[in-house]
Amino acid sequence: MDLGRTDNHTWRKIKSALASTIAFVSALLVIAPLGLVFFHLLANGASSVNWDFFTKLPKPVGVVGGGMANAIMGSLELLGLASVIGIPVGVLGGVYLAEYGSARVNSLLRFVADVLNGVPSITWGVVVYGLVVLRFKGFSAYAGGLALGLIMVPLIIRTTEEVILLVPNGYREAALALGVSRWKTIVHIVMKTASKGIITGILLALARVGGETAPLLFTAFGNRFWNHNLSEPIAALPLQIFTYAISPYDDWHRQAWAGALVLVTGIFCVNVVVRILTRGRTASLV
Amino acid sequence: MVNLVMATPERTVVERAERAIEPTSTSTAEPTMPLTFQVKNLSVWYGEKRAIDDVTLDIASNAVTAIIGPSGCGKSTFLRCLNRMHELVPKTHVDGTVLLQGDDLYSHSVDPAMVRRRVGMVFQKSNPFPTMSIGENVVIGLRLNGVRNQKFLNERLEKSLRMAALWDEVKDDLHKPGTSLSGGQQQRLCIARALAVEPEVILMDEPCSALDPIATAKIEELIHELKAQYTIVTVTHNMQQAGRVSDYTAFFYLGRLIEFGPTTKIFTNPSQRQTEDYITGRFG
Repeated sequence: MDLGRTDNHTWRKIKSALASTIAFVSALLVIAPLGLVFFHLLANGASSVNWDFFTKLPKPVGVVGGGMANAIMGSLELLGLASVIGIPVGVLGGVYLAEYGSARVNSLLRFVADVLNGVPSITWGVVVYGLVVLRFKGFSAYAGGLALGLIMVPLIIRTTEEVILLVPNGYREAALALGVSRWKTIVHIVMKTASKGIITGILLALARVGGETAPLLFTAFGNRFWNHNLSEPIAALPLQIFTYAISPYDDWHRQAWAGALVLVTGIFCVNVVVRILTRGRTASLV
Repeated sequence: MVNLVMATPERTVVERAERAIEPTSTSTAEPTMPLTFQVKNLSVWYGEKRAIDDVTLDIASNAVTAIIGPSGCGKSTFLRCLNRMHELVPKTHVDGTVLLQGDDLYSHSVDPAMVRRRVGMVFQKSNPFPTMSIGENVVIGLRLNGVRNQKFLNERLEKSLRMAALWDEVKDDLHKPGTSLSGGQQQRLCIARALAVEPEVILMDEPCSALDPIATAKIEELIHELKAQYTIVTVTHNMQQAGRVSDYTAFFYLGRLIEFGPTTKIFTNPSQRQTEDYITGRFG
């Protein structure tokens, strides 16, 4: 009995060490790509990120220098247009799911939102191409913003619903018992309590669509110059990176690396803000 | 604090003695008394399940009415019918009438929000809004009902906190979060919040069940003081509490009103066997 026990013990120790090693290696494998991507981007792109990059237009092939100011601005404009569609529809949709709606309708809506979340982003580009670009006979910032906005909607719906459901019922009852209307209760009490979570969901959706290229190919199209009219094609950082990366010119490649570095850094910053916002989330909700 | 705790049982003893002298043998509130609620043949269903079965009950003004009974007897449901809060549960159905100062609460033209402005409520678990300061918590009901005048809000803030016996403890900390207070203080903050919209009635759904004895004594003291201006209906699991704070007691069992009358009578000489069994602790 005693002997068997020691044997068992040693074997167990080995198994335990093995399991934790495998877990550790898996964890490394998860983190490694992020590190590699950052390292690679810094190594190749850092030298081209300078003041000109943020302030100058792209230069023609063969001319050294220039920047992606129009693409950075274009990306921000596209995100703005996407927000105009994605935020109100997404947040109100999430509120509807969490606060109104019958169980049957809600489970259907939830299913649809989840399916839409899984739709490849290029599909949205094609849909908007068919619905808007063909009809109005031209690529435009509006079309690009719409495509990105449509991608944001189901993302925001689901995160908003989730955080609104986390708000304890006691707060709704307390407000309603004061004679406050249902709508005011939802806006001033429930959404206010869940505001950090709602903003987090919006930021994550923005970070997600900020890096999208495919839906912009058939909609925003890209532009080598400043866009002065939102019904004209517009440049976007991911599009510019794509165009430059597939070009045969070394100078453009360096610019593409720099663009990718700026884009990833931007998205990284958004995620840091999200982490800061969510740090006290459980404490503020319960 | 010591004085306060001591004072409560003493006062109660005196009041109970006074009440015992009064000839009170009717099974409903005396008809000559002003009534706040007249509940007639009230039945409530949750889906197929009948939670309240044909309850008829008058609730006297400026008095404390306690509703007692074992868990699941419908006492909370009954309380929530008095300000239509039970409607938040889907698939509820109500039969019968509830009159508040003669107004039918369930008439089609009545907005539940207006009912709740006249009939405030305090819940079992204190629930100050976590995103708001102590001061904002008190006046939020007025704010969301459209009051903008800051001077008026400040006056009402102080008045409500004083009435809830909380002013002296929080007057320097009005900007601090409502959730920073202790459990008993939070519950009094919730009472102040309910008082701020100046309702006619305050419903209390086991307001002390999550509090320690000292905090409980303060709330009970408060209930005594508030009944001068408000009609109070309270649900409690605690029989001693019902005996201490209430003027009338209604005993519910399995959705029915078994017995209703002056608290002294219910507790000393109940006419129903079930009431006596429950009060003496034979079940429940």
